[in-house]
Amino acid sequence: MRAAVLVFPGSNCDRDLAVALRAAGARVDMVWHKDTALPEGTDLVAVPGGFSYGDYLRCGAIAAQSPICRAVAAHAERGGHVLGICNGFQVLTEMRLLPGVLMRNAGITFVCRTERLIVRTAESDFTAGYSEGQEVVFPIAHHDGNYTASEDELDRLEGEGRVAFTYAENPNGSARDIAGVLSENRRVLGLMPHPERAVDPAHGGTDGQALFRSLVGALAAA
Amino acid sequence: MKARVTVMLKDGVLDPQGEAVRHALGALGFSGVTGVRQGKVIELDLAPGTERDEVERMCEALLANTVIERYEIEMG
Repeated sequence: MRAAVLVFPGSNCDRDLAVALRAAGARVDMVWHKDTALPEGTDLVAVPGGFSYGDYLRCGAIAAQSPICRAVAAHAERGGHVLGICNGFQVLTEMRLLPGVLMRNAGITFVCRTERLIVRTAESDFTAGYSEGQEVVFPIAHHDGNYTASEDELDRLEGEGRVAFTYAENPNGSARDIAGVLSENRRVLGLMPHPERAVDPAHGGTDGQALFRSLVGALAAA
Repeated sequence: MKARVTVMLKDGVLDPQGEAVRHALGALGFSGVTGVRQGKVIELDLAPGTERDEVERMCEALLANTVIERYEIEMG
């Protein structure tokens, strides 16, 4: 199973993401934003956290227009898997691979702490390692994590079981406590919390392991 | 030629930064401020003859996120 971790100027969770994917058994390529193609045989594109292009204009807006993201859009179009974490989630909404937008936190401040989340669906390759309703603890660290979408869109996401994670205690004003959402074909996940920072006992928790293991397992078997 | 694009959050979208500015103005004693909305202004230097339509496409493609933002274009 091959994963491509994108690297933008300002990415800072790219290495952590690669470590988490490798620990779960993936072969990982780091892919520079100016590249125009993904490595042959890429099963998963992983878009890391950080501050791509210094968050200029809007978080993720410039990265979404980078050469590699055209290849990512084509990969998603073919039904390929894409995981976006934190800034990666912002990039995926700016690419319109996921609905909605991540606005400035309602409390204005940057929030950096561990947060309790509820798994809302186990029906995806990302969340199959959890059970619906399970509580997990992932770190969060963001300034713009306030998930916003139209009421119709939010109803649709909930109705189709595409809300993957919600916050137990909403830290940023996100609509309906949403922390992560799935695409219509359930092969694109974006979430603000950092599962890759919870995969080693030294991190203080290992709740993120199940996400990477189930994803790598599902794609290796495919 | 130039174009000036003003990007604002749509009405009804909570603007936490505008709210913070409103509170700060209140703290300074400006008691009459009932609302603040914060946006951005983007000035474009354009090749002569650039059509307004093209600037509109720029807004749709990049300059604004129309999920939450609206934009106004002034050609000058």
